[in-house]
Amino acid sequence: MSAVASDTMERTEPPDKPRRRETAESMAARQRDISVSEFFAKNRHLLGFDNPRKALLTTVKEAVDNSLDACEEAGILPDIRVEIEEVAKEPSKRRGADTPKGEKADKPADDAPTRGAGASARYRVSIRDNGPGIVRKQIENIFGRLLYGSKFHRLKMSRGQQGIGISAAGMYGLMTTGKPVVIVSKTGPKKPAHEVVLKMDTSRNRAEVVSETEHPEDDAMFAEGHGTRVSIELEGKYQKGRGSVDEYLELTAIANPHARITFVSPPQSGDDGPQTAEFPRAVSELPPEAKEIQPHPQGVELGTLIQMLERTESQQLGAFLQSDFCRVGPGLARDICEDAGLTGRTWVKQVGHAEAERLYDAIQRAKIMAPPTDCLSPIGARTLLKGLDKGLAPEFISVSSRPPAVYRGRPFLIEAGIAFGGNLPADEQARVYRFANRVPLQYQQSACACFKAVVDTDWKRYALQQPRDGLPVGPVVILIHMASVWVPFTSESKEAVADYDEIRKEMKLALQECGRKLGIFLSRRQRMLRESERRNIFERYIGEISKAVHGINGTDAARMFEALLAQARRRTAAADQLLDEEGKVVKADAIEGDETVLIRESAAAPSPAQPAPGPPTAPAEPRRRRGAPGALFDEAPPGKPAAVIAPTRASKPNRQAKATPAQRPPTTERAKPTKASERIAPPAKTKPKYRYVNGAIVPVEGERLF
Amino acid sequence: MARSKPATKPAAAKERDRATLSKIVHLADDVAAKSLGGRDPVVHIPTRSRANTVWNKKRGLLQMGSAKAERQLFNLNQARQFMQTMLHAGGIKELIDAGKTLSLRGMFYKGLHTVAGTKEKTFSDQDESDGILEDLEVSLGALREELHIFAKKAGTMVGNITVTDTGDEIDCRRMGSGGYAIPSICEPDVVAFKRCEAKFVLHVEKNTVWSRFNEDRFWEKHNCIITEGGGQPPRGVRRLLKRLNQELGLPVYCLLDCDPWGHYIYSVLKQGSISLAFESERLAIPDAKFIGIRASDYVDCELTDDVQIALNDKDIARAKQIAEYPWFQGHKGWQREIDTLLRNGFKMEVESLITKDISYVTETYVPERLKAKDWLD
Repeated sequence: MSAVASDTMERTEPPDKPRRRETAESMAARQRDISVSEFFAKNRHLLGFDNPRKALLTTVKEAVDNSLDACEEAGILPDIRVEIEEVAKEPSKRRGADTPKGEKADKPADDAPTRGAGASARYRVSIRDNGPGIVRKQIENIFGRLLYGSKFHRLKMSRGQQGIGISAAGMYGLMTTGKPVVIVSKTGPKKPAHEVVLKMDTSRNRAEVVSETEHPEDDAMFAEGHGTRVSIELEGKYQKGRGSVDEYLELTAIANPHARITFVSPPQSGDDGPQTAEFPRAVSELPPEAKEIQPHPQGVELGTLIQMLERTESQQLGAFLQSDFCRVGPGLARDICEDAGLTGRTWVKQVGHAEAERLYDAIQRAKIMAPPTDCLSPIGARTLLKGLDKGLAPEFISVSSRPPAVYRGRPFLIEAGIAFGGNLPADEQARVYRFANRVPLQYQQSACACFKAVVDTDWKRYALQQPRDGLPVGPVVILIHMASVWVPFTSESKEAVADYDEIRKEMKLALQECGRKLGIFLSRRQRMLRESERRNIFERYIGEISKAVHGINGTDAARMFEALLAQARRRTAAADQLLDEEGKVVKADAIEGDETVLIRESAAAPSPAQPAPGPPTAPAEPRRRRGAPGALFDEAPPGKPAAVIAPTRASKPNRQAKATPAQRPPTTERAKPTKASERIAPPAKTKPKYRYVNGAIVPVEGERLF
Repeated sequence: MARSKPATKPAAAKERDRATLSKIVHLADDVAAKSLGGRDPVVHIPTRSRANTVWNKKRGLLQMGSAKAERQLFNLNQARQFMQTMLHAGGIKELIDAGKTLSLRGMFYKGLHTVAGTKEKTFSDQDESDGILEDLEVSLGALREELHIFAKKAGTMVGNITVTDTGDEIDCRRMGSGGYAIPSICEPDVVAFKRCEAKFVLHVEKNTVWSRFNEDRFWEKHNCIITEGGGQPPRGVRRLLKRLNQELGLPVYCLLDCDPWGHYIYSVLKQGSISLAFESERLAIPDAKFIGIRASDYVDCELTDDVQIALNDKDIARAKQIAEYPWFQGHKGWQREIDTLLRNGFKMEVESLITKDISYVTETYVPERLKAKDWLD
């Protein structure tokens, strides 16, 4: 071996001394500033413009997020109109130079074949809101500069963070179509609307105004007299499905039930014109305004602390600590300073690096209250419940809202929800709806702390299947929302939440809380099914037994049958307890009265055990449920009230156990809590769904019993 | 042979039927009362399991303990069996009323129908039905014969004895090559002993061996009765042997294979079985004797290697299990016998003696053993 090695060595020529190709001077000639916009123009995938389909989504998303933020900040109930129209097919030649080919869409979007020039087209995306509008001189900055905005320097919960999004979208549009961005904004009914056409200059990170029009004050552009509309023409691809604009808007509607969103989408094959979808407003009050907070001392790193010391307007250290941080009062400020060997009266200017480091250490040692949490504006359990109900119409929903917690000195709050059943696909992996500050996250699922928290949770305990290290399987949608003054995203395109231990722990706790309730619901349903199977079996044999006993000692078979039937009913009462007159599931005890749970009529509700006729008896008079059904919500549920359905029920009393989802009335009925005394067995004669064969219960498409 | 029996039924049989009927009616009354009273209908069934079997050392019998299981209608695992129990109880009442008997298989068909409104059959196979009938036997405390049920015949008898079977006189000396088929019900009202000169009973395991003895007219030469039970003897054969032993005072000798199965047959004949422990008193013959084949016969009779059948794992386990039976445990002879069997590592059938001579077993083996009183008991 060594011989061979040395042989090889000998044959390898000793490398030449490298030739000097450049000098420091010649290199210096090329060294210059890189504008942020240039950087992102080259690295647009960092901002979510990896492929035409995602680019379209990102554009809509940035604009809608900005609109929602603006409306909420101004205290206006958002009313947003998103319009996507196809302008012209993109000439396929030019495209290749622009977009890196073969780039793959992210996991959730893998159903969308995004490559292939023919697939993308040119679209005009217009988003109009009823927000406060933008003053004329800021329009260029907001829409024309990257990293320009109001949200970066403050600690306040908002959708946008860095001030990249919408300008990047405009830049992308300009690059792919050469068309500038058109902005119309009106700040009040008495003010004129300004229409500005902007073109981005990437090298300077500035926007050029191409043209500018001032519309008269009384134009009819904005119904409420204020608002902004932005139109961007870009190369994109409109396709429904996972990771689509449609999905984004649906999810946004779930997390923002206070917003009204109108979506005009380009016609798909088979449509004879643009399609309009409405996401109506489900709650008519704005979420509580999130307060802006100062950074928490223990969430600041040494470098940041030094920077803050340099920039502060305070003269003395004590004042600096009290004014530039939250949760620091005079006493604590003094303690920290003394612990650092300084005093509250030390001049900030005199704090050097060494002192700053001591100060930093002292801060870490100090006992400081957790940051205030009124800066967080959670969606809220009830609102979340409503959003999920409206969006998915499942059988069961449970939601939970955790108390605020802190990561790196930044307060955050986790909310979770689980929707089960209904029309959700039963054999697929659960879907995870992720939200950060009410913004849906549609890509990079597996990199997200939410996903990890879901996988980490032991769903088997809650009666769901779960493959090892995987998502649970079943008709389940899991929703996680993180609200924070600063959501730690893994990248600028804001697709996944970084996996901090504190965050994942809170997520798991929230999921477990929801999961427990789901588990109760499922095991209850299981028990009902079992009980009604039990009853079926008992009732099946009662006739035989009565006949046999009659044959032996002449006991009245009919009387005996009745007596045994009554006993069977009593013994399997649990099967009734949870069924109301319609054979629907009523709330389970343990989760009864729980505001965070909604149980709707069950598609898989077991057939109520059938009262076997046997010896003929007078059909039991269905007892009427007394009292009004106590609604889960104080407001009337949308759609038809329960009473509307009643006549149908009365006219077809034999139908309910057989009801298929298609036959059932629309999903407008809420769970109707009924008192135990009012629960009765459905009087219908139904077919047995199960039978007992060789010790096993097997489903049967049987004829009538007896 | 279709005869109408009820008219000529002896008074004892009528009395017995009345007793059985009242037991069945009592069972039904109990269920009816509980049902109408809103209580849980239950049938108590003595447990037929090893745990509920007691070894009565003094009497040399396996007897059933007092443990009873409840069979409830309102128990998911028992509902179907409860229904079947009541169904068969009704069926038996009909049988008794009509004065007819049915085979086990007949009862299976009697109770068989589809549960109204379903596709479910009342019994899925005969085993299910047989089990329910055994349950009824024990819970009613009535024997199968008393329930008018019989099993299929599986036993043959020949010898110096005359019996009356349902009124027909049968001379067991003149049964040709086939012998008298021992009926499943061998109660005195069915089979009565008329005349008997025989001095002992030789029970052999299988029909083939029995034929050898019959052809050689062993019973004539040695004045005995030869019976056969087709392996594990059915209740009829056991009952007949018991009666020959008890009523006529004939000793019973068993000629069985030298393997755990043969030992087990002997054990059942002598002490009773676990599943029929409730009938041990009527079936077990505590002084039955085991004359062979003995494990030592391989050497004693100078048999060749050819007759060896290797013991398999199951045989070995079974042999060890049998050695643990309480009635064998303190028995030196049996411990030695099983020990030798295990040490030999092979089993032998009675037929292996044919390798010596066709009639070795009838002319030499059995007579010598009887003469020498060389047996295990």
